[in-house]
Amino acid sequence: MGDADIIPIGTRGRPGRGSGRARPSTSARDLAGSGSRPGDAATRRTPAAEPPDFAAPPEAPSTEAPRAPATAQERGPLAGVPIGDWLAAFQQAAAELFGDDAEQQLARFLAFLRRRVTGEYVIDEFGFDAELTERFFLAALRPIAEKWFRVEVRGVENLPTTGGALVVSNHSGTIPVDGLMTMVAVHDHAGRFLRPLGADLVFRLPIVSTVARRGGTTLACNADAERLLRSGELVGVWPEGFKGIGKPFSERYKLQRFGRGGFVAAAVRTGVPIVPLSVVGAEEIYPLVGNVPSLARLLGMPYVPITPTFPLLGPLGLVPLPSKWMMEFGEPIRTDEYDAGAADDPMLVFDVTDQVRETIQSTLYRLLIDRGGAFG
Amino acid sequence: MGRVVLVTGVSRDLGRRVAHALADDPGVDRVIGVDVVPPRGDLGSVSFVRADIRTPVIAKVIAREDVDTVVHMSVIATPGATGGRNAMKELNVIGTMQLLAACQKSETVRHLVVKSTTTVYGASSRDPAMFTEDIEPRVARGGYGKDAQEVEGYVRGFARRRPDVRVLMLRAANVLGPSVTSPMTSYLRLPVVPTVLGFDPRMQFLHADDLVGVLQHGVHAEVGGTFNVAGDGILTLHQAVRRMQRPSVALPPFALGGLGQVVRRVRLAELSPELVAFLTYGRGVDTSRCRTELGFTPRYTTDEAFADFAADLAPTFTAPQQALALLAERLPEPDVERSAPVAVASGSVHPFVAPGGPRG
Repeated sequence: MGDADIIPIGTRGRPGRGSGRARPSTSARDLAGSGSRPGDAATRRTPAAEPPDFAAPPEAPSTEAPRAPATAQERGPLAGVPIGDWLAAFQQAAAELFGDDAEQQLARFLAFLRRRVTGEYVIDEFGFDAELTERFFLAALRPIAEKWFRVEVRGVENLPTTGGALVVSNHSGTIPVDGLMTMVAVHDHAGRFLRPLGADLVFRLPIVSTVARRGGTTLACNADAERLLRSGELVGVWPEGFKGIGKPFSERYKLQRFGRGGFVAAAVRTGVPIVPLSVVGAEEIYPLVGNVPSLARLLGMPYVPITPTFPLLGPLGLVPLPSKWMMEFGEPIRTDEYDAGAADDPMLVFDVTDQVRETIQSTLYRLLIDRGGAFG
Repeated sequence: MGRVVLVTGVSRDLGRRVAHALADDPGVDRVIGVDVVPPRGDLGSVSFVRADIRTPVIAKVIAREDVDTVVHMSVIATPGATGGRNAMKELNVIGTMQLLAACQKSETVRHLVVKSTTTVYGASSRDPAMFTEDIEPRVARGGYGKDAQEVEGYVRGFARRRPDVRVLMLRAANVLGPSVTSPMTSYLRLPVVPTVLGFDPRMQFLHADDLVGVLQHGVHAEVGGTFNVAGDGILTLHQAVRRMQRPSVALPPFALGGLGQVVRRVRLAELSPELVAFLTYGRGVDTSRCRTELGFTPRYTTDEAFADFAADLAPTFTAPQQALALLAERLPEPDVERSAPVAVASGSVHPFVAPGGPRG
């Protein structure tokens, strides 16, 4: 190794990478030898100044001129690589990853991104953004439904392919994950968007409210439900509300009171069928073993959950347990044979409400037997 | 028989434009514009009467000129020029009361057209997505919304006492136009638009030309009652800001209130509590009755009204769009069938029916 080069430390008195100033620091001058060796100027240059053919800064047109001090801008590791090279590299990487269709996919994604950034997208009067829901929300939820909860869907033929219908479901799971999974199931199996009705708490929370509206949710009130049903949408409602979702684990699969039957009145007024939906599996994702009512009151929330993993394991406790899910859409209950005034007949409304509730309850028991173990 | 129309609030731009348009209308003989200060712009053949509608003088004006139609445009949202909130409330409420008292006494008045606002509905998390005229607005806590509610209450009382007078109340959405000054327009004109963190409200706009159009239509129409007026479609605040190509900053609601005080002090804009509520929860109104019963369809949709407004504002934040455009140039054109935005026409059957086979 006799011919090993001596690699000098420091910059030999030249303006170095350290100070950014034209005059070298004293320590740099000390490090410099008495004279510079030939060829030094050619070998030692900062990368920014090296390729004069591309990305040559306009301030330094001539290479003969004394070198300007390196500035922080030039010293960046990515400086000097033109955007075209980046793009070419990226395109190649994408092609290797996704095959020949990559460019087309990328172009499509970019077109989507451009529409978002320029604001040239359309939302309906409820704030529903079909494109964003289909390409982003549902795409993100689908793996969870398929791989994590292994959702099994039955009775899809009971969902009408056109026209309005009201899907009435049981509610459970501490956080309304069942609503999201139902949206995925309806979209993937029936090819339609489910338009959920949410409590006003949803619309009071930042971020949640915006995501909910873009995803098609609107406030659970008769005005909105009837408006959606009249325009032929598939509307999802969870009449148990917070009573169902926040019930303790010991009461799992016991249906709570079905509100005041407002959903029946909405269906009767618009003459759309009611499709009962029974969801098994959501009860086990966050088993609610305790509640902090005082904190809940303080925060203005209906309950503050304590589960075996939350808040004990901190954020890890937010990961839902991987229970096996089953969903069954029951036979539609027709409401178009009732006359217009029937919606104001409380006895009829209660009757239909009970009918829906009992259908869901008995289906729940049957599904539970079919499912076997909760995590099987 | 010639019509004599009295228009209040002509010193403001919209009032002046309505008076001007009515004066050019062949179906109207005379237009009398009333306000406490003379209008700045061109009034055309409108005869301006300097009178304060908060005083009984207005009754004499109506009697002397044989007015048969009163267009009340004097419910204002900005206290700015008139002084403080108290002066604004007095002009709105006392002014309306005096005007209605004068109308009630008058033998000649046959039509009353009041420009109200969709602000009467307020904005909250418990609101339905689209307000119809039948939905009873929540009682507003204060400010412009409360003024408008009280004005509407007095107008309804007047309609009960004088059933022979046709009373038309037009609840207009936020009016946009190149020359319009309102809390909403001065907010959108801010160099950096502050938004409420985590919220993206739905908004509807009405073009200033359409406001003039609907009031002119309302003078001649034979219909009375209350109607929502707004451009077709919905725009969210983030969409609007992106289309303006201007920077925005998301702030928590309390910070927005503090900022409101600052911008008020420097007279840039007015972030009143009801505007902050609107910017948080948004609002939509149903305009189908305006189309079918009143027979008026706005020429501009919400999108177009906003585009016309934004055309005057220089884009100051174009970097992300330019970067994406640069990228798009280097990629092939995406094939259309997949990338076209899914039509969001309510009532239509969704284009994809084929399920991808059972999953899970």
